[in-house]
Amino acid sequence: MKGILKIAYKLLVNDKGKFAALLVGITFAVFLMVMMTSMFAGILHRSSATVLNVGAKLWVMDPAVNTPANSIPMPDYVLDAVRSINGVQYAVPLYSGGALVKLRSGTYQSVTVLGLDDSSLYGRPELIEGNIEDIYAENAFVVVKDAEFPKLENPRLGTEFEINDHRGVIVGIARVTTGSLFGVPTLYTTYNRALQYIPSTRFTTAFILIESKSKDAVPSIKAQVKALGYQALTKDEFIRKTSDFYKYQTGVGTNVLIMTVISFIVGLSISGQTFYTFILENLEKFGALKAIGAKGEELVYMILFQATFTSLTGYGLGIGLASLLIAVARLRLPSYAARITFPILGFAFVMVLIIAGLSSYIGVRKVLKIEPFDIFRG
Amino acid sequence: MAELALRATELVKWFGAGETKTLAVREVSFDAYFGEMLYIEGPSGSGKTTLLSLISGILKPNSGTVLVEDKDIWKMTSDQIANFRLNKVGFVFQDYHLFPRLTTVENVAIPLILKRFDWDESIDEAMKYLEIVGIKDRALLPPVKLSGGEQQRVAIARAIASRPDILIFDEPTASLDGDTGRRIVEFVKRNILNEKRCIIIVTHDSRIFQYADRIMRMEDGRIVSIEQGGGT
Repeated sequence: MKGILKIAYKLLVNDKGKFAALLVGITFAVFLMVMMTSMFAGILHRSSATVLNVGAKLWVMDPAVNTPANSIPMPDYVLDAVRSINGVQYAVPLYSGGALVKLRSGTYQSVTVLGLDDSSLYGRPELIEGNIEDIYAENAFVVVKDAEFPKLENPRLGTEFEINDHRGVIVGIARVTTGSLFGVPTLYTTYNRALQYIPSTRFTTAFILIESKSKDAVPSIKAQVKALGYQALTKDEFIRKTSDFYKYQTGVGTNVLIMTVISFIVGLSISGQTFYTFILENLEKFGALKAIGAKGEELVYMILFQATFTSLTGYGLGIGLASLLIAVARLRLPSYAARITFPILGFAFVMVLIIAGLSSYIGVRKVLKIEPFDIFRG
Repeated sequence: MAELALRATELVKWFGAGETKTLAVREVSFDAYFGEMLYIEGPSGSGKTTLLSLISGILKPNSGTVLVEDKDIWKMTSDQIANFRLNKVGFVFQDYHLFPRLTTVENVAIPLILKRFDWDESIDEAMKYLEIVGIKDRALLPPVKLSGGEQQRVAIARAIASRPDILIFDEPTASLDGDTGRRIVEFVKRNILNEKRCIIIVTHDSRIFQYADRIMRMEDGRIVSIEQGGGT
């Protein structure tokens, strides 16, 4: 069988024009599908940046909250009530809000401010400069060094700014695992300073972060939080809820889906059409092979091999091209939100197999129908 | 008495049905022997190519038998028929049907590869057949770079590569000029035909009749005469 597949391989790659056209079709389709889905994956990932960076295992919030960026403040008693739930080891408040910062140059820049529990600093980021204890100093803020950092004019330790007519001082520079989605720099401070510096509504607690005594206690905690009229979600559930919101309630998901389907159709059309032409041009030769003594299944293997080989090569090239473009884009635009995940690779692989399957199906049908007698008849 | 290579008995083949039904081959019977070059001759539409297909395991007759080694090939399964074509019959098509994307030697190696020979072994063996047909020096060229006569020789080398008992030529001189056609048939007669091989040629090129051992004339799907050929 190896020899027969080698013939198939040579018939395919020695027809350089057709082979190139097939590769271009599949590479282009994979590239488009991977780019669309990886951009979407990047957006979804960044939409949960706060959840990922703070890292709490259990989050309490108003049931109407869809994303970490749109919190609905809860009254203070909820924190006390949560702390009294059986199975809760500790629970701390988290402030999350937006503010306008006046920089030393006189320009204004909007920021996201996260206020950490004063006593525990639970959810604090990893500092790359400064000491976390300095966050208790007067007017202290920690700035996150991510893609948005330059928007604050690249502050250093000691850099001052104004926030709502209050003086602010950078006492630490931190790094986080995930940059924010909305292109806004992030400042960390204590919960109480956040309340003091930023105009707030009657209720102030954006989220309550819980550490349970054990994993088994989580369902019971969730039930008791629900009884209070609020919602407790694990980290993964909150990320999923955020993703679902963007997927199904914003139109972004639908648009990405449409674009992905279009990419698939484009790829299928180009490669299907080219492969069909390739088979048609070689149909007499396949008929001759049949006349010489090739069995139907051998011809089917040849076609499947050709389709699979082309598809997998195109898949590799498409993935490589998409990775290269994302890497280059990140060099120029650090905030570029795109990430190629294993599910995306798997998805593109399945799509490519479908393209290969459909393309070869047409070819197989044609080749199985050709009668050696037609070769004699001319 | 020469040994029997093939016996066709009362072969009937029609195409279409009802008013469009056309009888292509009508109760044709004949024997072909090892060591002979048998021509099937006749005007266009007389059923020559259809008869060739019936006896070579390519087209199933509506009735009649084709005996090779005392077995009716049309009682075989489709895989057995494919094996029969691969092992017992060699084809030289009118348009050669060489693969332009393969080299000449790879084209010749195809039947061997189909017989599951190792690739390198097939190529080595194919080289021997190219040597037999006198174009070994063209082995690595694609067939499109060869002349019509050379392509015909490649097709012959491919047909004999599987060492078939029966060689079938469909209009072997149709795409060649007179001299080249004659030279090819003469070459086949002298170098390819032997006591263990039967060659059946469909042609209406009277210039090559001199090489035939017997000439079977067909008209309207029937054999109208079987004559001795030139036999040179």
